[in-house]
Amino acid sequence: MSVSLRSMRKDQRGVVVSVNVRGELGRRIRDMGLIPGTEFRIVGRAPLKDPVALRMKGFTLTLRNNEADFITVEIEE
Amino acid sequence: MSDKFFVAVSGQPNCGKSTMFNALTGSTARVGNYPGITVDRTEGYYDKKGFEAHLVDLPGTYSLTSYSMEEVVARDVIVDEKPDVVINMLDATSLERSLYLAVQFMEIGVPVVLGLNMMDEVKKKGIRIDSAKLSKLMGVPVIECIARRGVGADELMQAVKQVKDETKGKWTPVNISYGHDLDPAIDEMTAMITESEFMTDRYDPHWLAVKYLEEDEIVIKNGRLAGDLSAKLEAIVKNVSDHVNKTLNTYPEAILADYRYGFINSILKQGVISREDNLRFDVSDKIDNVLTHRFLGPIIMLAVMYAMFYVTFTFGAYPQGWVEDGFGWLSSTLSSILPDGLFKSMLVSGVIDGVGAVMGFTPLILIMFAMLVFLEDLGYMARVAYMVDRVFRMFGLHGMSIMPFIMAGGLPGGCAVPAVMTCRTLRSPKERIATILTAPFMICGAKATAYIMLVSAFYPESATSMMFFLVIISWVLALCVGRLLRWTALRGESTPFVMELPPYRLPTLHGVAIHTWDRVWQYIKKAGTVILAISILMWALMTFPQLPAERVASYEAQRTQVTAESKSWDGSDDLRQAELGKKLNIISYAEGEEGLKTSYAGRMSEAIAPVTDYAGFPWQANIAFIGGFAAKEVFVSTMSTAYSLGDEDPENATSLSEKIAADPEWTPAAIWSVFIFMLVYVPCMVTVAVIVRETNWKWGLFSVFGSLGFGYSLSVLIYQVGTFLGY
Repeated sequence: MSVSLRSMRKDQRGVVVSVNVRGELGRRIRDMGLIPGTEFRIVGRAPLKDPVALRMKGFTLTLRNNEADFITVEIEE
Repeated sequence: MSDKFFVAVSGQPNCGKSTMFNALTGSTARVGNYPGITVDRTEGYYDKKGFEAHLVDLPGTYSLTSYSMEEVVARDVIVDEKPDVVINMLDATSLERSLYLAVQFMEIGVPVVLGLNMMDEVKKKGIRIDSAKLSKLMGVPVIECIARRGVGADELMQAVKQVKDETKGKWTPVNISYGHDLDPAIDEMTAMITESEFMTDRYDPHWLAVKYLEEDEIVIKNGRLAGDLSAKLEAIVKNVSDHVNKTLNTYPEAILADYRYGFINSILKQGVISREDNLRFDVSDKIDNVLTHRFLGPIIMLAVMYAMFYVTFTFGAYPQGWVEDGFGWLSSTLSSILPDGLFKSMLVSGVIDGVGAVMGFTPLILIMFAMLVFLEDLGYMARVAYMVDRVFRMFGLHGMSIMPFIMAGGLPGGCAVPAVMTCRTLRSPKERIATILTAPFMICGAKATAYIMLVSAFYPESATSMMFFLVIISWVLALCVGRLLRWTALRGESTPFVMELPPYRLPTLHGVAIHTWDRVWQYIKKAGTVILAISILMWALMTFPQLPAERVASYEAQRTQVTAESKSWDGSDDLRQAELGKKLNIISYAEGEEGLKTSYAGRMSEAIAPVTDYAGFPWQANIAFIGGFAAKEVFVSTMSTAYSLGDEDPENATSLSEKIAADPEWTPAAIWSVFIFMLVYVPCMVTVAVIVRETNWKWGLFSVFGSLGFGYSLSVLIYQVGTFLGY
């Protein structure tokens, strides 16, 4: 089942299904390698629960919840 | 240029690019700015084994699109300065993403040498990378490096030489297949571009076609200026775009990225990398579990900041004292050598005191920058931004804005000068300027002295809580003005927070030293020259015109008279001498006060009085505010001169406080009007000089007049409402 990246909990793993945003944000997300098919794991959230940190492709990426909204993922249990 | 090689060093942020650049160039590295923008341009020379090369360090970028200044700069250097070879450093622990930039350099066509950095970490993790195979599949030399230890530096330059010999300056763009939807369009556009030689003097036709599909703003803008073909190309892009949108629910730019990553993966999957380690929890993640913990994280962050503060102002005080003593010695030596007169007064009061006050900050800036560069290179600053981003975003700022705020005096005692300089870490111009303009509202060390003097005069019972209250007000004002600016003059989307949290890595001493020194030197050089000019100006304003000769003569006559009278006073000789000294002092103070009121600064104060009366400033505060523009420290010394106490030592202002407290002009409404005005009215001249340097004259003037207008409005409001309510 595909859900938004925002709804994922810490330590959950997932695979990116699609990135539905154009413009600068879309470009930055792709430049970082967060493209469909990318596996990742949620490693943490900032003290106010936003932004969120992911572990992927050998490094840690952060993004805000309202940016995570554009990314649909498949959760791997 | 001679037959010397011209080499650009590039790489993604945190890949160790600058470390390798320093290893290659040693002490020859020099920092400047790219013309018109504040992105650093570091250049240096490699000269070993009879092989010379001129190196330029490109700003770290993840790709070569045209969104950020860094990306545009990196691309323009490649296209306009045509380096012989680009050394592309890669973080081998994150190879897939690192190669994304390399592929884009290869698409432009510039000859590339890849430096696989962090090979020690890769080996430690038990991963094997077959660099020979990677080199064969990519068609470019690949050198294994450990930049921190300088491993691979000479090999990289050997590879550069070899590539230069082979290519002989010829560029061969690599064309990746972008699939059956885009390739035909690219081919068609390439043919059209080649045929009409459309911008081909600068760019490769195929690359141009790809950039049109990526809807690259700069290329399309230049294209429109260059001719009619642009419209046709844009039409083709529109067609393809509609098609893929309908059939695949995507757009060309996303497809291009997918294919680039696909190309990289097809290479990595051919046995280049032994085992993928993408999601492994490593040491940095364990550290983050503590340092960004929901409760512990913010506490540790505050502790770190407090420690930075403490170190800067405790240990910085010694060298600051030495510098000040040095200038003090210079000043007293010159005073005793030179004959009395205007020249001496200008040299001592204008030049040495003015420049000395500024240079006194240098050790503080050096220490604060060294720690900041250290934390930044360590990877901690990215975590701080991550933790506070949510709060700062509410005010239209970015998580990275917190550091300038803290440095400027978010904990009282900072300095806006280094703070404005740290704003460079902010990527978006709008958020950066909003931060630059609001950080000077914080209570810097100089304002703190003034507040301590005023607060102890008016609220001796609750001085500490008043100071704390003022700090809170400064934060609230800065954040609210930031919000206001981002709704008006600096309107725009917030920058995405799509950032890398780099792994914690201990910085090299050499790297920290180079970065720190560069910034401090720029401060000394640039701020120093502007300050010299303004110091002389301020001195002149407070000195000219001098008292008319008959007034001077009249004070002289008073002195003679008092001295003569003193002979007939009662009491012992000592008592008479003491009494005489006191009387003479009073005459000198009166002369000083009249001199100050006669000077241009005094007249300006008088001239603006009708305006400042609405805000209820006493006339002494008026002059002090004018002086305070030079440096806020001047506020206290000018106040003490204006109150004719002769006690110009701001450290020992108690008697001044008493005198001020006794002055009935200071009603609560006037006090708070002055307090708030002091907080925002203008940044000091050093800060303005740095703001101009970091942005442009327009923002410098905006900062001066905008703050002035804002501060004045607030003060008038406070004074009028306060007076109306009977305070």
